[in-house]
Amino acid sequence: MSHTVLIADDEPNILISLEFLMKREGFRVLVAHNGQEALDQIANETPSLILLDVMMPKKTGFDVCQELRAQEAYQNIPILILTAKGRDTDIAKGMALGANDYMLKPFSTKELVQKVRDMLGSVA
Amino acid sequence: MLSTTLVISVAFSYLLLLFAIAYSADRAASKGRSWINNPWVYALSMAVYCTAWTYFGSVGRAANSGVWFLPIYLGPTLAMILGWLVIRKIIRIAKTYHITSIADFIASRYGKSQRLAQLVTIITLIGIIPYVALQLKAIANGYQLLTTSLNSSPLRSAHWWQDSTFYLALLLAGFTIIFGARHLDSNERHEGMVAAIAFESIIKIIAFIVVGIFVTYYLFNGFGDIFKKAQALNILQGLFNFNTATNPLAHIQWFSLVFLSMLSVILLPRQFQVMVVESTDEHHLKRAVWVFPLYLLIINIFVLPIALAGLLTFGLGQGNPDQFVLSLPLHSGHEWIALIVFIGGFSAATGMVIVEATAVSTMVCNDLIMPWLLKSSTFGLHKRNNLTRLLLWIRRVAILVLLLLGYSYFKLAGDAYALVSIGLISFAAVAQFAPAFFGGMYWKGGTERGAWGGLLIGFAMWVYTLMLPSLAKSGWVSTSFITSGPLGIEWLKPEQFLGLTGLDNLTHALFWSLWLNTAVYVGLSLWQRPSAREASQALLFVDVFKRKPHAAPVFWQGQANAQDLINLLERFLGVARSRSSLKAYAARYHLTLDSLTADAQLVHFVETQLAGAIGSASARTMIASVVQEEPLELEDVMRILEEASQLRAYSKALEEKSLSLEKATAELRTANEQLKSLDRLKDDFMSSVTHELRTPLTSIRALTELMLDDPQMEWEQREQFMGIILSEAERLGRLVNQVLDMAKIEGGHAEWHTTDVDMKAIINQAATSMSASFKEKGVLLQLAMPDTVMILKADADRLLQVMLNLLSNALKFVPAQTGLVTVTLSDDPTGITVAVQDNGMGIAPEQQALVFEKFRQVNVGTQQGTGLGLPISRQIIEHFGGRMGLRSELGQGACFSFFLPRI
Repeated sequence: MSHTVLIADDEPNILISLEFLMKREGFRVLVAHNGQEALDQIANETPSLILLDVMMPKKTGFDVCQELRAQEAYQNIPILILTAKGRDTDIAKGMALGANDYMLKPFSTKELVQKVRDMLGSVA
Repeated sequence: MLSTTLVISVAFSYLLLLFAIAYSADRAASKGRSWINNPWVYALSMAVYCTAWTYFGSVGRAANSGVWFLPIYLGPTLAMILGWLVIRKIIRIAKTYHITSIADFIASRYGKSQRLAQLVTIITLIGIIPYVALQLKAIANGYQLLTTSLNSSPLRSAHWWQDSTFYLALLLAGFTIIFGARHLDSNERHEGMVAAIAFESIIKIIAFIVVGIFVTYYLFNGFGDIFKKAQALNILQGLFNFNTATNPLAHIQWFSLVFLSMLSVILLPRQFQVMVVESTDEHHLKRAVWVFPLYLLIINIFVLPIALAGLLTFGLGQGNPDQFVLSLPLHSGHEWIALIVFIGGFSAATGMVIVEATAVSTMVCNDLIMPWLLKSSTFGLHKRNNLTRLLLWIRRVAILVLLLLGYSYFKLAGDAYALVSIGLISFAAVAQFAPAFFGGMYWKGGTERGAWGGLLIGFAMWVYTLMLPSLAKSGWVSTSFITSGPLGIEWLKPEQFLGLTGLDNLTHALFWSLWLNTAVYVGLSLWQRPSAREASQALLFVDVFKRKPHAAPVFWQGQANAQDLINLLERFLGVARSRSSLKAYAARYHLTLDSLTADAQLVHFVETQLAGAIGSASARTMIASVVQEEPLELEDVMRILEEASQLRAYSKALEEKSLSLEKATAELRTANEQLKSLDRLKDDFMSSVTHELRTPLTSIRALTELMLDDPQMEWEQREQFMGIILSEAERLGRLVNQVLDMAKIEGGHAEWHTTDVDMKAIINQAATSMSASFKEKGVLLQLAMPDTVMILKADADRLLQVMLNLLSNALKFVPAQTGLVTVTLSDDPTGITVAVQDNGMGIAPEQQALVFEKFRQVNVGTQQGTGLGLPISRQIIEHFGGRMGLRSELGQGACFSFFLPRI
């Protein structure tokens, strides 16, 4: 059975490229354009992994992280933060809020795929 | 006739109420909320001046001699209005040197003389006891009048233990002990007592107004009615003029009474207590200067009407005028009014007794008993036991004894005088302090010997010309020495001394006692140079306003040990109070308790603190016992004064320097804060710019990698990706340009080409260059502009940039096909306004303030903004002195507009 990946980002062009990339790697893809949409999607269907942007309208990636980890059912969904905010403090904050890993934008598609597979493997 | 139970229980309840007020005020004060730190309370507490003597006696005096009741009130009024600068100086001196009684004030001024303090205390005691007796008498008489029927002859209780007045004296002693001698401190302030006194002042004025209105408007038909009836009966004859025909010196008598009252309002122990010792803030005096005289005026309005009404009702020479305020309502059967009047008089009497007893007990303790105690070996000066409790007990016993003496005097001699004479005799006694007191404040030449001599002769003359004759008139002493002089020597007749005739006995006594007092004071003072100690105290008193309280020079030299001084203070003030005051002292000199050095400053400080608790003379003795002093010569005083003034100049320079340093530090700190916040802003800006750069780069990199990975990718897919890459690259370019633009504008390096600008042309130009984009999205662009518009001075390219930005913004937010954007241009004499209205979704109120901030764009569609367009536009408009704003409601579209002034 193929894994489902939720991609949350407010930049349409980044969404297009990530969606294409994940589909090419054989995953099912769900997309969300902001934090609230991401939470709605997850409530609808629990994905195997979340690719989460930080600076999004309505709810930020940090908010999403925090709200998910506060609920028993979503304790173990792997969350990979994709952020254009390069400051150490931002990264530390994301990790503290319960993200499993992070990648700095712009990222290498190969490294991203590798990281996603590693994270899914360790869950399975 | 009212039942004794009722009268007693009302009076007792009133005392309980007083007790509750005093208790609550003390509680509030201990929690740091002072009730009496208030100019109204201060002014009201001064009205303790109006005792039972004036409450009942004024009417009596008015009934007997008309306007002669007035000087007693005119004096204080004049004293407050003309003499408030003097009073302010007294307060400043007393607060600076912790002076807590009038005896201490005089003694301290003349080199902290013990014998002066004792003499002043003894004069006060002798002068005041009859006055206290008078208060008890007033209450007793009032009580008797209320509880016995008018016609029955007055009954006197056979034994003191059956006499309610005796128990009243005990009750008042108890009250005074609780609130007047509760704890010992170096300020000798009594919050609870003063609050109760201020309350009593309100009660007595209300009660007096009540009876005044009752008599004038209920029993009679107003002022006019009373005066007309009195006129008809010839009662007014003689009451309303000075009768210079029969008494050629009436004016002098009038003046001397006013003068005597002026002195009394300052020199009576209770007045000194409330006005000076209990003063919490010198500035309250400004309010009291008019409130207290106003109080006196109001309480006097009904004196004459009541007096005349009494005379009209009871007949001339009938009834006791001193009790008209009570007998008038009783006579007409209004016992409740009489009861209110009684409570008013009760307030007047108790207020006086409480404050007077407190003040006098301090003097008796500090100036009579302490010196004797300090000398006696029983209480051992050098033992380390705590004396605080002992001091308090001395005061408590002194209060009790004073009241019992007052009671005894009342029992033995109470019937002998009319009320008014006792009060005036007391006034004349304390008036003897005047030469030494005021002389000491303004004349540096006054000496202890002069003050002592003057007081002694003045007091002696008072006894001889006023006290003894009045005793004789009560039948205690044979009257023969009055009528024919002692041993038959005519010119020694006490009321016609040296053959001076024509004056009434009070004016006569005042003339001789004050004249001789002053002459001896000045004469003896001039005869000998002041000693070093007198000279130094004179400087401290007379020049009190020349220095700040803590900057006074210290006239002391010798060797001392800090621990000895601290131990001494602790013995008298208790450990806690000494600690806290020493801590405050140490803090002032930036020292700690352990590092105190036993210099002249510390000796002076400890002495001042002690002076507050035990009087300056006793404090001097105590200090001398624990330090080794070197006698001070007059030259030393001069030298110390010189040093002090040099030190003052030096410390002033130092203070100025440290002030300017402080200012510089503050400026540096502000600059540093500004730099820090600029740094933070820059940091935030960099972080935002980085974020904005990385976002398009992410798509570019990812899509490029995807295409490289898959050479077989379909062309259409490839075309979409390359389209995105291109638009993101363009976005990057725009971003870089705008960041640079923003930096230039903010940094002030932007180039501005100001020319004559036609706003209409600019809008047309912007509309033309955007028309393709609008057409592509199917959005309608409408322009609403007047035919001609005034010409502005501005940069045309920059304004075009603003217009393009606003139009592309609007285009971004309107729906495709149904979108509508309207540009309105209007002008008025002050400038032009351009508005760009769209029919998009609008901007939520909480977002509106943010849109002009950098990097706060709301992303919609594929065309990405940089988040700098609006901030740059606003900067441009503001550069030309204009304003840019936004009006919008969610769902109603948005309207961005700017105004440019014509300049």
